[in-house]
Amino acid sequence: MSDFFVPRLGHVVWETVPRLGSATRLLLGGLGAVFDRHFSLRQWLRQVFTLGVLSLALMIVAALFTGMVLGFQGYYALVHFGATSALGTLIALSLLRELGPVLTALLFAGRAGSALTAEIGSMKSSEQLAAMEMMAVNPLAWVVAPRLWAGIFVVPILCVIFDLVGIFGGYLVSVPVLGVDGGTFWAQMQSNITLRGDILNGLFKALCFGLVVTWIAVWQGISARPTAEGVGAATTRSVVMASLAVLGLDFILTALLF
Amino acid sequence: MSQRAIDWWVGIFVLLGIAALAVLALRVGNLSGFAYGNGYVLHADFNNVGSLKDRSPVKLGGVTIGEVTHIGMNPKNFRAEVTMQIDPRIKLPIDTGASIYTQGLLGEQYVAIQPGGMPQNLQPGGTITLTQGAVNIDQLIGQMVFDKASGTSSSSGTNTH
Amino acid sequence: MSKNLVEIRGLHFARGERSILAGVDLQVPRGAVVAIMGASGGGKTTLLNLIAGSLAAQRGEVIVAGQSLHRLPTAELYALRRRMGMLFQHSALFTDLSAFENVAFPLRRHFRLPESLLQKLVLMKLEAVGLRGAADLQPAELSGGMARRVALARAVAMDPMLILYDEPFTGLDPISVGIIASRIRRLNDALGASSIVVSHDVRETFSIADYGYILGSGKIIAEGTPAQLQSSTSPLAQQFLQGAPEGPVPFHYPAANSFARDLGLEGAP
Repeated sequence: MSDFFVPRLGHVVWETVPRLGSATRLLLGGLGAVFDRHFSLRQWLRQVFTLGVLSLALMIVAALFTGMVLGFQGYYALVHFGATSALGTLIALSLLRELGPVLTALLFAGRAGSALTAEIGSMKSSEQLAAMEMMAVNPLAWVVAPRLWAGIFVVPILCVIFDLVGIFGGYLVSVPVLGVDGGTFWAQMQSNITLRGDILNGLFKALCFGLVVTWIAVWQGISARPTAEGVGAATTRSVVMASLAVLGLDFILTALLF
Repeated sequence: MSQRAIDWWVGIFVLLGIAALAVLALRVGNLSGFAYGNGYVLHADFNNVGSLKDRSPVKLGGVTIGEVTHIGMNPKNFRAEVTMQIDPRIKLPIDTGASIYTQGLLGEQYVAIQPGGMPQNLQPGGTITLTQGAVNIDQLIGQMVFDKASGTSSSSGTNTH
Repeated sequence: MSKNLVEIRGLHFARGERSILAGVDLQVPRGAVVAIMGASGGGKTTLLNLIAGSLAAQRGEVIVAGQSLHRLPTAELYALRRRMGMLFQHSALFTDLSAFENVAFPLRRHFRLPESLLQKLVLMKLEAVGLRGAADLQPAELSGGMARRVALARAVAMDPMLILYDEPFTGLDPISVGIIASRIRRLNDALGASSIVVSHDVRETFSIADYGYILGSGKIIAEGTPAQLQSSTSPLAQQFLQGAPEGPVPFHYPAANSFARDLGLEGAP
């Protein structure tokens, strides 16, 4: 047993630790490159557009369905206790604290993170990044920094929209369809949700997820093998790693924040 | 996509985010002002408010007519002092009672008003003296078991006055 | 000011255990087009990356314009690169920018020029490669030869003192090869620059180079003007120049066992 596992474990550590180191260097270098003279606000805006605006429709549809399902499931669970008046609170709390940030981040990883990895990977394999360096333009400032900062900026905004649309979806099912009293729905929600404890903490989670997902996506793109297969594999890895990271980090953040 | 179009879209996107946050904060969270801000104030002392909190509804016959704006402790008699704001159209007689009830088994608590029959009305800033505090379910169950064991059946509750 | 723009002395480079360059000495005089030739995998591109400063050598030194690239701070390396241009093997055009914007990219990034002046500069560079008319095309709409020419215009956009070419003829049709070759010479002379052409295309390279080096297994095996190289007595150089399948570089990659044994025709010893 140990003959098999110990060398393997050693190998994994040997491989992973320096990789984590280089990924961290990329993150810090990329975030710090906002101060580089080649950082461009226009590039950042462009990324906010591709990462954020173009993900908006997906988020709204997903949020609407999530909220409606929450409405149904919550209703059937609460009706046994005669506590359907708590349905609004249940929906809002689930969305604001957990489902909003987590689902936004997972969808963002699938929609925007994968595209980021593929884009940067193909820029690397077609020597565009090397060409940039040869033109004395630091790719950290021109390519990495706008994407990292756009990711951090965009995910909380997507999340707050997801939260609101989700609650509206829950309302659509609870009040007109299932016949919960509308006044109770909102009043209960209002008396149990706090701005700081629930809404802002949820958005803080989204901010962390945005950073991690974008970081992983950019890092996978930069370290992809410069071939078509290499970029494809990196794209898959980017989505898988980002999703797992979001779920793991969610556990830690939940334990810390709530 | 021209730079100008991108600027527009990003602007709309950011505004949407801010608007969504504002709606969440005001409509869902509890940042908005009290809904009965123009109502008149009544006080009531309870021996136990249970899990009543700010913004809990005040109901009469199941209809919300006001809300709790403050819960404090009266240092003179060690009773919880609840401040409410009531819809100004609803005038309550001075022998009105107030109880703290729970919606359903696990629902939230609210103040239920039982109007009295006296001709004079409570003035703004007045105090409801006939109060019944929140029922403690543990006590209730304990008492029921005790009653069963002793073969009697008496109603429970913690009436004051 | 020394006679040579680039000087390389005793350069060693290895990737892990594998030695790629083992003691290379090379000079690029100012104003010259210098060819570096050799079989694939001979370390030509590595040498180019060392001159560009994107790789660091383990031993020896690379001096460009009097500055040793060894341990040059990043800021100074970038300052040096603003005076260098490089044409990449796969053109490396930015796929999200038009031909015009590709050429304008280094100018926009390094200078604040009025738009009208920038327009003129970029169109001049595109005109020099005969693609002024293609300014608004996207890279995906350009043929391989045209993309290479746009990339060339971009490489010289900053009027560099040193231009590096990584396999500029690979994958192009004969007409495009001729165009690129003539542009390399013309731009070099017009800009008063020096050029390093890495290639395995003997005929085209010799037609434009002033001086050539033949690189084999990490060492310079022959050097001289094209005429001197053609009459070189080194069997390795001759094999490369004539494209002979057999010679000092064997056709067969060394195998552990004999052919007959691998086919099972001989018993194990």
